[in-house]
Amino acid sequence: MSLVDRHVGFVHALREAGLPVSLAEGLDAVHALRVIDLSERESLRAAYAATLVKRPAYRPGFDVLFDLWFPPSTTGLHNTINREKSLQDAPVNELREQLAELLTQSTDAEMREFAREMVQRFGQQPAGPGRQNWFSYSVMRALSPETLMARILQAVLAGRERGGLAEKTARQRVAANTKRFEEAVAADVRRRIAEDSGIDRIARSSVRPPLDQLDFLRVTKADLARLRREVHPLARRLAARLTIKHRHGKRGRLDFRRTMRASLQSGGVPLTTHFKPPRPHKPELVILCDTSDSVSSFAHFTLLLTYALREQFTKVRAFGFVDTVDEITKFFVPGADVVEAMTRLANEADMVRFGRTNYGHSFERFTERYGDAIGPRTSLLILGDARSNYQPPALDTLKRLAGGARHAHWLNPEPVAQWDTGDSLATSYGSVVPMRECRNVAQLTAFIEDLA
Amino acid sequence: MFDSPADVSRRLAAVDYLSDDAIATSVFLAAALGKPLLAEGPAGVGKTQLAKAVAAATGAELIRLQCYEGLDEARALYEWNYKRQLLRIQASSTDDDIFGEEFLLERPLLKAIRSTGPAVLLIDEMDKADVEVEGLLLELLSDFQVTIPELGTITATRRPYVVLTSNATRELSEALKRRCLYVHLEYPSPEREKEIVLSQVPTLRAELAEQLARTVATLRTLELKKAPSIAETVDWAHTLLALGRDDLDEATVAGTLGVVLKHASDHARAVKELGLPS
Repeated sequence: MSLVDRHVGFVHALREAGLPVSLAEGLDAVHALRVIDLSERESLRAAYAATLVKRPAYRPGFDVLFDLWFPPSTTGLHNTINREKSLQDAPVNELREQLAELLTQSTDAEMREFAREMVQRFGQQPAGPGRQNWFSYSVMRALSPETLMARILQAVLAGRERGGLAEKTARQRVAANTKRFEEAVAADVRRRIAEDSGIDRIARSSVRPPLDQLDFLRVTKADLARLRREVHPLARRLAARLTIKHRHGKRGRLDFRRTMRASLQSGGVPLTTHFKPPRPHKPELVILCDTSDSVSSFAHFTLLLTYALREQFTKVRAFGFVDTVDEITKFFVPGADVVEAMTRLANEADMVRFGRTNYGHSFERFTERYGDAIGPRTSLLILGDARSNYQPPALDTLKRLAGGARHAHWLNPEPVAQWDTGDSLATSYGSVVPMRECRNVAQLTAFIEDLA
Repeated sequence: MFDSPADVSRRLAAVDYLSDDAIATSVFLAAALGKPLLAEGPAGVGKTQLAKAVAAATGAELIRLQCYEGLDEARALYEWNYKRQLLRIQASSTDDDIFGEEFLLERPLLKAIRSTGPAVLLIDEMDKADVEVEGLLLELLSDFQVTIPELGTITATRRPYVVLTSNATRELSEALKRRCLYVHLEYPSPEREKEIVLSQVPTLRAELAEQLARTVATLRTLELKKAPSIAETVDWAHTLLALGRDDLDEATVAGTLGVVLKHASDHARAVKELGLPS
């Protein structure tokens, strides 16, 4: 494959993975290739990144594809020197010893080298008759880096007392390095699979969507932590955009006094009119959210975001329900710890009676207990998948609630295609309260921008 | 300007800016391809410092345009000195040309375009400016020329090295990004941060710098509202030096945490997670 073909293939793969790479940017990259030293792999990576990847969210996907299209080594081409030979038949104990060293301190190159050898040794598993495949879990199982923590800590702390700050920082360092090792192994496994069965096949399945495109219903625990980290930057960005929008919005009412004063200059003819600055429209927000397990990550993230955006609303009140409803506003006092708020919310709020989601009953209880929360100035926001376990929907109650509010919106984290399947009441509820699909951060931001 | 990425990192290091592979390559490419460099990243990772270091390393003049809301053409590009124009009209009855060189007030962008010596143009905090300013920059950044209706098009005699910085409080337009090379500055690895601290605070003991860098790296893994920046790590080093502390133990960290964490909730979280005495 010539360099040009490889470049074109790589750019194509990036586009397929959802990175917006324009023709001009592709050409820039080619220009860049002509001035850098192509034998320096990291500078090649940096050159491609500088010319093609212009949002940090796309970077992880780019790195995966880069490793596939410009692999650090090719099996068979590589001359195995003696040291590596010994890695292939050294006892597992020694290998773990070496890994422990790498986890304490290592450069990327050393880590990659070791990972490559380990995949060579442990990564191969028979998959079906006559076929071999490569897996990272067999490498991890053979070496089990997570069980090395205690030993490394002992060596690093060297007799100092446990449990202190020194242990915390050492622990963090080892955890970060373990992650690096896992990634190096995964990258090498992908490279070998690509060698066996072509880049295209593995490329499609190994690039994860960027964070703001992640499906709320499929986020893992780690993703949720990453999302939480994004809450404040995102809120800042949104708030900045909202302030600009308000300022550039309609002019306010005529400022009669200033106009008359100004007209004295022109003999009483009001040549220039002055307007009062527009009064910022800050809605009151009542959030009613389904906190049952199936949609909890969606509810969590949305609650966090609305609370980070408190300044944009006059007042925010939040209520959570599974089959009965409780106010959860108090868990989000300013300055409260995000993670803690979420755990306390799950433990202390009284939202569960029998443990199966029941929208109808929750709406009825809400009207009974907190009906006065909704007034003509409130926007009502309902978060949930509208799956009510075949219980009565209490449409009339919802109609009354929505009628009392200034606006009502329903955000549903399920894709539109799945609405009305099984026990979903999307259409019935949607006819009372306009329902919007809200599957990822991008859709959520778009909605909040419309709302405030 | 530079020979290779390695040359970049050597010369930046000579002016106390420690770069990594990605930074050195992008700085080198920006010079070699004659394209503007857009540096994005959280506050306090050395974006502005990068531009200053490039200027210092190449001996170029640094021309800085600080962006803010409401920045307009008259303050970014050029303005006619109409008081002088008015005086000229009143003083002479002939119809002199009042749109000449002598009535032109140069602003940073025009200055960079017309500069004859080597220049580094720093457009700082691009995201703070209004969207219209981006439109103003497009012509400048792609062709290095500006059009003044009364004078015609002025093309750069010598292309300035352009660095744009942004905190990403808003997404810059695709058109602008397309014209730039992009480098995302992240918080550095503990090893690099240690080197940075040592280069900024040379009197600090190396072990203490290492402890400091590792502690800050641990702090950054917590879910904080605002993670400590490099500048704050350096401040922390100065603080420890001023207090005459020789070891970063729990009590010292607890006592000086305010230097790096500036939200009460972040403070509480760090105290809890790291097991500090409160």
